[in-house]
Amino acid sequence: MSSQSTVRLAPPLLWAAILPAIVWLLSACSSVAPTAELRGTGDLGVVIERADGRVKIVETSGRSVLATVEGLGDLSHASVVFSRDARYAFVFGRDGGLTKVDLLQAKIVGRVLQAGNSIGGSISHDGRLVVAQNYAPGGVKAFDADTLELLAEVPAVTEGGLRSKVVGLADLPGRRFIYSLFEAGEIWITDFSDPKKPQTQRFAGGNQPYDALVTPSGRHYIAGLFGEDGLAMLDLWNPEQGSRKILAGYGKGEEPLPVFKMPHLRGWSVAGGKAYLPAIGRHEVLVVDTGTWQEVARVPVRSQPVFVMARPDGREIWVNFAFPDNGWVQVIDTVSGKVTHTLQPGRGILHMEFLSKGHEVWLSARDDNKVVIYDTATKQQVGGFESASPSGIFFTTRAARTGF
Amino acid sequence: MRIPPLFAHVAVFIGAALVAAFASASAQEARPAAAAPELAAPEAQRARELIHIVRQDCGSCHGLTLAGGLGPALTPEVLADKPFEGLVATVFSGRPGTPMPPFRSIVSEAEAEWIVDQLMRGFPPDAGLPPAR
Ligand code: HEC
Repeated sequence: MSSQSTVRLAPPLLWAAILPAIVWLLSACSSVAPTAELRGTGDLGVVIERADGRVKIVETSGRSVLATVEGLGDLSHASVVFSRDARYAFVFGRDGGLTKVDLLQAKIVGRVLQAGNSIGGSISHDGRLVVAQNYAPGGVKAFDADTLELLAEVPAVTEGGLRSKVVGLADLPGRRFIYSLFEAGEIWITDFSDPKKPQTQRFAGGNQPYDALVTPSGRHYIAGLFGEDGLAMLDLWNPEQGSRKILAGYGKGEEPLPVFKMPHLRGWSVAGGKAYLPAIGRHEVLVVDTGTWQEVARVPVRSQPVFVMARPDGREIWVNFAFPDNGWVQVIDTVSGKVTHTLQPGRGILHMEFLSKGHEVWLSARDDNKVVIYDTATKQQVGGFESASPSGIFFTTRAARTGF
Repeated sequence: MRIPPLFAHVAVFIGAALVAAFASASAQEARPAAAAPELAAPEAQRARELIHIVRQDCGSCHGLTLAGGLGPALTPEVLADKPFEGLVATVFSGRPGTPMPPFRSIVSEAEAEWIVDQLMRGFPPDAGLPPAR
């Protein structure tokens, strides 16, 4: 038996490859972070990559992408609400998926398929209930925010069995939620204080409500109407008075222009005692006094407005537009009441989100596959990053606001 | 942002190839009812644009997957029994009293026919718009 063994050295070329690899591996070992770095969530946000069922977790202080989370399903028309501690994002997908994402660990911690076709949701003031608004089957469903267990369901069914799509859901004090029924034209308030016995109050609304908002104080609910010239407004401090029409007849009987995308309403349109609302079928922003609810002005803009958003300080209103003019953004100065800037931040601007004090706005440019960041004082681009077909951008500062 | 020309060319080429591949793939699984031959596609660049418009901008009401939203689903199964001409008229002239807007300022009548034909066969996936110049 021979103990002789021939030791063959690897050829120099192989060593040239192996040595750096060893060095790299060793250094990687020593620099592995001990545990996740401590950080707050106040400057975090979520960008929806609608076509890929994916969200990016972003950080607004350094304007960077922290992580990407996959597996959220069909995110066309996705929307997001945040837990009270701003750690978790609840993402509502078009396919009825409700996904809970841990922003700090950048992972999915819960997911249910809760409907066939959904368009958004809301969270109760105490943070315990997450409520989804559904197109099919039309209605709302309440889930435990911790476990995503289904707690209650209210089908949007009216007389004669007519089932409606639910739009314009918003949170009210005391585990109550308000929403509108597209087909039935009603406004409903459901109280989930006892999730086993949800109590629903019904109000007349108007013809074909398409979206709605609750004002930042939580006092007024305004539903935009597709089927008539005007909006329905309900004073939630005096609900027994029922809803009334505001801005009735704003179309002046003229033939409406085609609406290639439905506007979105939210409490961001209220600033300085006025609400700035998108007209339907007219290229105008309607301005209404929130004390008297009378029209005080209308501002001609470039096309059909979709998002009409006040900068958080109320000094400016930023407006984006429906297809085919979705490459444009206009800024209205609230003091002069005029358009002061017309911008082209990118192709397919689907959404805008301000930082909480309004010094920056982030815009998603779907058709350029990027998010662009503008300084709102200079109207200059100050940053941005690649993102696949981005749509909604949601910052955790929403966690603290009624109606978001 | 400037896009390097080589990258742009490669992206356009790959995109176009994908569109072509998917278009022919979905054409092969033609619905049983579609005895009629497939309508001729518009020129490649325009076809890509139209596919993008339908997926994204019709998609804002009908869903990216066209499985429905504020507007009904536009899948082959749902459209199978509906008259072709009526659907084309809906796309071209809209449906008054409903949110379905007329697209006559965006597409020609022939393009509306092609879109409905493709919807009834199973709509091709979106390859995005070509990069901006
Ligand atoms: C602003 C929302 C909106 C947009 C954008 C939109 N649709 Fe519609 N569409 C609707 C609604 C709502 C209906 C249902 C109308 C009704 O109630 O009869 C509809 C109906 C239709 C129908 C008839 C379906 C049927 O089963 O009878 C077709 C086809 C259609 N749309 C195609 C398109 C195409 C193609 C595009 C894009 C070029 C488009 N739609 C864009 C809202 C929209």
